[in-house]
Amino acid sequence: MSAETRKYFNTAAGGFVLALTTFVAFIGLWEGAVRLFDVPKIILPPPTSIAVAFWSMLQGGELPWHTAVTLYEILLGFLLGALGGLLLGFGIALSPLSERIFYPYVVAFQTVPKVAIAPIIVIWFGYGVTSKVIITATIAFFPLLANAIMGLRAAPQDQVEMMETYTASRWQVFQLVRLPQALPYIFVGLDVAIVLSVIGAIVGEFVGSKAGLGYLILQKNFNFDMAGTFAVLIVLSLIGVGVHALISFVQRRIVFWIDVSGERVTGA
Amino acid sequence: MYQPNAGLSRMSGADRRLVRISNLEKKYQTRDGKAIHALADVNLDIEEGEFVSIVGPSGCGKTTLLKILTGVLSRSSGDILIAGSRLSGPSREIGVVFQAPVLLPWRTVIENVMVPIQVQKRDRAEFESRARRLLAMVGLAGFEDKYPSELSGGMQQRVGICRALVHDPSFLLMDEPFGALDAMTRETMNEELQRIWQESKKTVLLVTHSIPEAVYLADRVIVMTPRPGRIVEVIKVDLPRPRVLAMHNTAEFGKYVSAIRRHFNSAGKLDA
Ligand SMILES: Nc1ncnc2c1ncn2[C@@H]1O[C@H](COP(=O)(O)OP(=O)(O)O)[C@@H](O)[C@H]1O
Ligand SMILES: [Mg+2]
Repeated sequence: MSAETRKYFNTAAGGFVLALTTFVAFIGLWEGAVRLFDVPKIILPPPTSIAVAFWSMLQGGELPWHTAVTLYEILLGFLLGALGGLLLGFGIALSPLSERIFYPYVVAFQTVPKVAIAPIIVIWFGYGVTSKVIITATIAFFPLLANAIMGLRAAPQDQVEMMETYTASRWQVFQLVRLPQALPYIFVGLDVAIVLSVIGAIVGEFVGSKAGLGYLILQKNFNFDMAGTFAVLIVLSLIGVGVHALISFVQRRIVFWIDVSGERVTGA
Repeated sequence: MYQPNAGLSRMSGADRRLVRISNLEKKYQTRDGKAIHALADVNLDIEEGEFVSIVGPSGCGKTTLLKILTGVLSRSSGDILIAGSRLSGPSREIGVVFQAPVLLPWRTVIENVMVPIQVQKRDRAEFESRARRLLAMVGLAGFEDKYPSELSGGMQQRVGICRALVHDPSFLLMDEPFGALDAMTRETMNEELQRIWQESKKTVLLVTHSIPEAVYLADRVIVMTPRPGRIVEVIKVDLPRPRVLAMHNTAEFGKYVSAIRRHFNSAGKLDA
């Protein structure tokens, strides 16, 4: 590859062209291989049948409805869990008493794989959206709890002392130094939590549900409709990419002084 | 802990001593239970309006002494009176320049300078023009709305100097403030500091690792020993005011410098 081409691929437009070309090539290869080796549709459907399935599910209103249910569970669960995690995190970081009361439970509960309690939550709160929101909230809770505690303790001692030198009160030190210093950590927590929220909602729906994309996957799978299953997976990954991009967008604006190099991946 | 001292300028008529340090001891407790004896029996009086420099080898407790005087670090024993009252916490009348700039990266240059004004709830409009004047004085006009990350280390340090002066404190404590500056900027800053001190009649305590700088600026130079830090000698500098850069080359100036340097030839080396 010439130096000129390489330079072009490093620009935004060039990067897009590169990504698009790779994508089209990959899809083409997939389609060609499935047709050439005559792979049964039930094992691996070709991209064209996935597209057809996607389109008919979209037209029938099936996909929009289940997407809306799952999105609702993800966002509400995320908001509740993140808010709860933040509040308890602030409490623990700022009050030694609340740390002594809550922290042992936090540590104990943190080691429990949250998806393992999904069946219990479904039994307690039923097959509707409530149980999914609760499962999602439990999962989104911990990344924020942990990161809020870490973040509020991250303020460098010299910055705190500088503020105290100028007669800052405890509250002023919190407001003007500890809180801004905690924001980068909190955004890491939000990013991890929103990605986990997608998993939480789907796991909840797998355990027992009447609607949502997880429910739809099970249904399609049950009918050996692999193209339909793949179509749902596409929507799911779009949701995942979308919520992550949303958090990153807000993060870059609020925590502008931190150089966010390298995206993080959490394979949870 | 926030315990504003009474205004430092309220002095009893005859007593010109702004700071009285007697039998000051500081021991740090390390995590593995050992005690580090940082300051041993430090006794020092500073007169109102006086310029005092402190020199001493690295780790002899100069920063410790300054932190204790700002009220953020507790002493192990000893008495400190400031303007006649016992030092019990940070005061609005103190301005501090730290060894590192310690700027807040999410605040612009001007917002960093305004930190004492905001914290002490002083009149923003009044002091903002003062902040801009100070920035212009240290050669940072036009950088008011930049972020610290866009500035060199020396420029950041000068922002820190403006922050220490913005609320017009009567007592200025400086911890190796010019260490990060190049020689040219350093000389300019020395001249500016002398001018500010003469015009505003502040009391200044300057820690420096440059013996010529200490002599050039100070009425008295305090020489400290290696840990545990004690005061070994107090040298009164009787050079005429205002001091000018050319004085560096006079025999008189050289005598002061070598008198101080003697201590470090016997007691170890001075930092940097
Ligand atoms: N927070 C601390 N805990 C333990 N030891 C410390 C602490 N701060 C400083 N010291 C020790 O106290 C001594 C004096 O430190 P410092 O006042 O920073 O010296 P200087 O500013 O003269 O270089 C050093 O030996 C240093 O290691
Ligand atoms: Mg020091």
